[in-house]
Amino acid sequence: MEPTTDFYQLIDALKADSANSLGLFMPEVTLCVFIALFLAVRLITTKLDLFWVALAGAVVGLISSNPLQLCSGAVESEEMFTGLLVHDGLTVAVRSILMLFLVLFLIFTKISGVPDKEDGADVYSLIFGSTLGMCLMTSANHLLIVFLAIEMAGVPSYVLAGLIKGRKRGSEAALKYAIYGAGAAGVMLYGISLLVGLAGTAHLPTMALQLAEIIPAAGLGEQAVLCLAAVMIAVGIAFKLSAVPFHFWAPDVFHGACAEVNAFLSVASKAAALALLLRLAVGLGSVPLNEVEIPQILEVQHESIMSEAAPTQLVSLEDQVADDKSAEPAVVEETADAPANDTEAEPAADDSDEEPVAEGAAEETIDDEAQAAALATRLAIKQAHDEALSPVRNFIGLLIAFFAVVTATFGNLAAYGQTNIKRLLAYSTIAHAGYMMMSIAPLMMTLGTDHAGAEQAASALIQYIVVYVFLNLGAFSIIAFLRNYVGSEEIEDYSGMVKSRPSLVICLALIFFSLVGLPPLSGFLGKFAIFASLADGYSDTGSMALLILLLAGGINTAISLFYYLGVIKTMIMGEPNEEHHLGDRPVGDMEMTYVILITIPTVFLIVCWQWVAGFADEAVKNFIS
Amino acid sequence: MTFLTILVFLPTLGALVIAFLPSKKDEDGVNEKENQNLLLGATLTVGVLTFLVSLVGLIFMNSTAFDAGLSEMQNAFSFSWIPAFDIEYAMGIDGISLPLVLLTTGVSILAILASWSIKKHVKAYCILFLLLETGMIGVFLALDFFLFYVFWEVMLLPMYFLIGIWGGPRREYAAIKFFLYTLLGSVLMLIAILMIYFNSDLTLLEGDVLTNLESQGVVAAGLAAEVAEATGPVHTFNLVALAELAQTTDCFSADLQWWCFLLLFIGFIVKVPSIPVHTWLPDAHVEAPTPISMILAGVLLKMGGYGIIRICYPICPAGGFELSYFVVGLGVASMVYGAFAALAQTDFKRVVAYSSVSHMGYVVVGFGVWTLLGDGDYWKMGITGAMYQMIGHGISSAGMFFMVGIIYDRVHHRNLNEFGGLYGLMPKYTALAMGLFFAGLGLPGLCGFIGEVLVVLSVWRFSPLLAIISASVVIFTAGYILWTLQRVYLGPEYKGPHAEEIKPVNSREFSTGAILLVLAIIFGVFPNSLIQYMEKTVDQQVTSLNDWREGYEHALEHAEEAEEAEHGEEGEEGDESHSDDTEEAADEHGEGETAGAAELTDVATTN
Repeated sequence: MEPTTDFYQLIDALKADSANSLGLFMPEVTLCVFIALFLAVRLITTKLDLFWVALAGAVVGLISSNPLQLCSGAVESEEMFTGLLVHDGLTVAVRSILMLFLVLFLIFTKISGVPDKEDGADVYSLIFGSTLGMCLMTSANHLLIVFLAIEMAGVPSYVLAGLIKGRKRGSEAALKYAIYGAGAAGVMLYGISLLVGLAGTAHLPTMALQLAEIIPAAGLGEQAVLCLAAVMIAVGIAFKLSAVPFHFWAPDVFHGACAEVNAFLSVASKAAALALLLRLAVGLGSVPLNEVEIPQILEVQHESIMSEAAPTQLVSLEDQVADDKSAEPAVVEETADAPANDTEAEPAADDSDEEPVAEGAAEETIDDEAQAAALATRLAIKQAHDEALSPVRNFIGLLIAFFAVVTATFGNLAAYGQTNIKRLLAYSTIAHAGYMMMSIAPLMMTLGTDHAGAEQAASALIQYIVVYVFLNLGAFSIIAFLRNYVGSEEIEDYSGMVKSRPSLVICLALIFFSLVGLPPLSGFLGKFAIFASLADGYSDTGSMALLILLLAGGINTAISLFYYLGVIKTMIMGEPNEEHHLGDRPVGDMEMTYVILITIPTVFLIVCWQWVAGFADEAVKNFIS
Repeated sequence: MTFLTILVFLPTLGALVIAFLPSKKDEDGVNEKENQNLLLGATLTVGVLTFLVSLVGLIFMNSTAFDAGLSEMQNAFSFSWIPAFDIEYAMGIDGISLPLVLLTTGVSILAILASWSIKKHVKAYCILFLLLETGMIGVFLALDFFLFYVFWEVMLLPMYFLIGIWGGPRREYAAIKFFLYTLLGSVLMLIAILMIYFNSDLTLLEGDVLTNLESQGVVAAGLAAEVAEATGPVHTFNLVALAELAQTTDCFSADLQWWCFLLLFIGFIVKVPSIPVHTWLPDAHVEAPTPISMILAGVLLKMGGYGIIRICYPICPAGGFELSYFVVGLGVASMVYGAFAALAQTDFKRVVAYSSVSHMGYVVVGFGVWTLLGDGDYWKMGITGAMYQMIGHGISSAGMFFMVGIIYDRVHHRNLNEFGGLYGLMPKYTALAMGLFFAGLGLPGLCGFIGEVLVVLSVWRFSPLLAIISASVVIFTAGYILWTLQRVYLGPEYKGPHAEEIKPVNSREFSTGAILLVLAIIFGVFPNSLIQYMEKTVDQQVTSLNDWREGYEHALEHAEEAEEAEHGEEGEEGDESHSDDTEEAADEHGEGETAGAAELTDVATTN
């Protein structure tokens, strides 16, 4: 065998892979092209208004990320660029949400007038660059990409935080954000290196395979290192999510940066970080089916296996694996134990989505029979691996549950004392990050044992994100418009606002009540989906952690009422503040139309909630295998 | 389908129309005035239309008329709404909801008639009022737990603003207190809803139960076939199906039912309100404007009672059974506490508010007296009495608040010690007020009497001690009402400020009060006019719950024997967890039952 042919084969394979991957990578490519365009224009002139170009770019990005493909059935999970990225329903869904947000966000910045013409090119290139990083976060399949994507999304936002030049507060916000960000990134990188060092790979599915082998045999030292690595990586993501206790940057940055940037940070950045968290948690907690390869020795014996019934199949398979110590030493130990505790047969039945199809076909031709047997074998091996990974899932689940409870509770309590609307919304954002993280806990607890439950939990998160996009964008756009009118962002200056600008105030009230989670507004549905997944997880697993999460979520909902209501009360029941009353400029038509359009989904999503639920279900279908 | 949907959303539609009416009118070109007559007139039209739809549709029109001879859901329909969570858009009406729906639409009209005292932001007031009405009607008609919850919460926001914007001096405090109490209660309810949902499994239903429900329209068409083919459990939010599951299968463990009953019960008694969660009510009533007080006392409080009888008992019978002494005890305590508190008030409106706490205590008691004696006849009597009390109280308390409102509009204070002598100044008003307050007192021949007497009689077979206490409450009720009447209407002269403002009632006020008084007399003299509609449904519900209870007690004994045979004395430890709430039950039924219940719970969980 000549090395050169191997080399050429490799090159050919890479070429084919890249060509295929580029097709799936179009939204990101679009963003790159437009970033280059902005920078090039900036070199030539500063007078050109690039808004329409930017909007065109975002629309092209939205179209090329093609959310409609989710409507026509689940998207197959495919690896891109030799496994650095992955393209599946989740990628498509979150990327589409990001692009849709980008379109809405650009229109909003145009109406509110920040950035002005001169800054346009800079700001748009920063926003597009950050969005590019977020898209990568949602599709990351490799820890290196995880880190790169987080930095890529982060660095432009540090600059955006100081967007308004010459404002002390803005500069302070940007500096704080950058320093915190750098620190968190460093810790995360350290965690990644620990994990990679232990597993010998940074490719997530391979890493899960390796972990499945390492963990059953792991000594105390290795376990400690693994836990340390997980906590360190969690720190990096917690920073992005502004989860307590890594939230300190959020109120200051939100206070210092302008409302436009806040909208971007609180929505897009959160959505991408949650998608990444979902990916990492599921990626480390289970082995995807298509990563499982059948060991050489087993392949010969397929035909003898397939004639037997499913449960015995597993047992016999495991016996065979047990014979073959040299091939899979670590798996052996785990699988040998498995039949004793009886949990093996049930999950196998749960994963039967694909099995019956394959089995039905198997009766027809021998070829299919072999395939079915191969599938059954792979399923069994996957089960064994997933069994081995259950400590990982438990650890991640509990870690995130802890972060979620602390974050939601602290965020809601701290918001109570705020006098500045942007600080208040910063804490509200923190609290909502907590609610959203709650959904990961039942996901991790039921992953591997209850396929439907795990899918439902992931779907609940996507549903919440969809709702949240409109809510926070709406809230911040109203705040930005009010700032343009009143020149203030202090809550007391909003007093009696309903008299001069009733429509804006009513829309803000609807959005705030939706953030509390009152039916029939859309925020309730997001919360309902997440609480439902918690209740489902609890009734399936009986885990106390999930019950505590459910109760904490409920109580937090009641707490959060206070501060949202406080703002509404001031605006509607307060007396107009004559001192700070700056002009009676009526609300512009553009502003009004935009705000109403953003509020409409908040009020009416309940009628067609099935669309959102269906979208989210499709998004996670092939994500959890 | 169309009929009930129209009934629920007609007020919303009206609100949409009103949103486009001009809110201000130009008089003399300089001062803009609130367009009060147009806006309130439009609202009144919508209210009357809604009432007519409910009355004509339910009583007179043949195709949709309510058949009092049937016990099951009528006019029911169900459509799949959010299949991802098996949520249906399902509504229906039976003997329990029919009187309450009519009460809602009726009291709403009277409240709108009482709304001419609202002078500011009339348009917003009208819109919020109509949204509130949609929420109220929806709660009584929803057959899907999720839909029920949505309507339940929909009422919160309008109510908050109606108290918070148009209320008295401490309105903001009162409004947020109301909001917070209800929200806490409903969050607990949401948790219970989710636990019930995820433990439900339609595949456990035997034979043709689902097909029957499907033919009644209670569950979505095709559900039976779907369930028959299902491989895994099929969850549901359908209230009727959940009740079937709870009473005919062992889908919900006794433990789960106990907890869910408690959570739901807390959620509902916040609304009723019963002690110890009643404290929002006096504040809300005192601060709320008159029409909103009428709605609050007349309709909103009834939702708590409706929830208890529609949801708590049918879906969590084991919890209701174990906790029956807790429920009745709480009800009696409410009655006594409310009456005593009313005696101590000097604010006219607070007296009426505490009388509501006391009177709604009867409702809780009536629903709670679950006894098998006489084939459950006593429980039937209790439930009928409680339902009657809800309607009677809806009429009399709305009337009392309206009476308070009339005098408050004139003299702008409510201090009982500064009234007196109104008999001579406002004779027509005084006559109306006497009638309505006597109705609240429970004088025979008026609507309050029937409910009270039925409830007190039913308690007698449940627990003589509690019956004696509850019967004695009647005396205190008479005490505070007569004393109030004496201080306000009798006496030689009016002692308070603004004496010059006192003028006789106008025709709008008189007709509103007269309608209420006439209703109070009709329902006091012809109780069967109301009871005939609810009789069948109540009978059916009691019978099926009693059937369930016989099976349950049988299982208890069985479990007890088995447990004793196996473990000997180990079972003794089990009753610790329940002993707090069922202490009294142990006295009545003997120690064994509580212990047995706990054991059954243990058995259920270990299995």
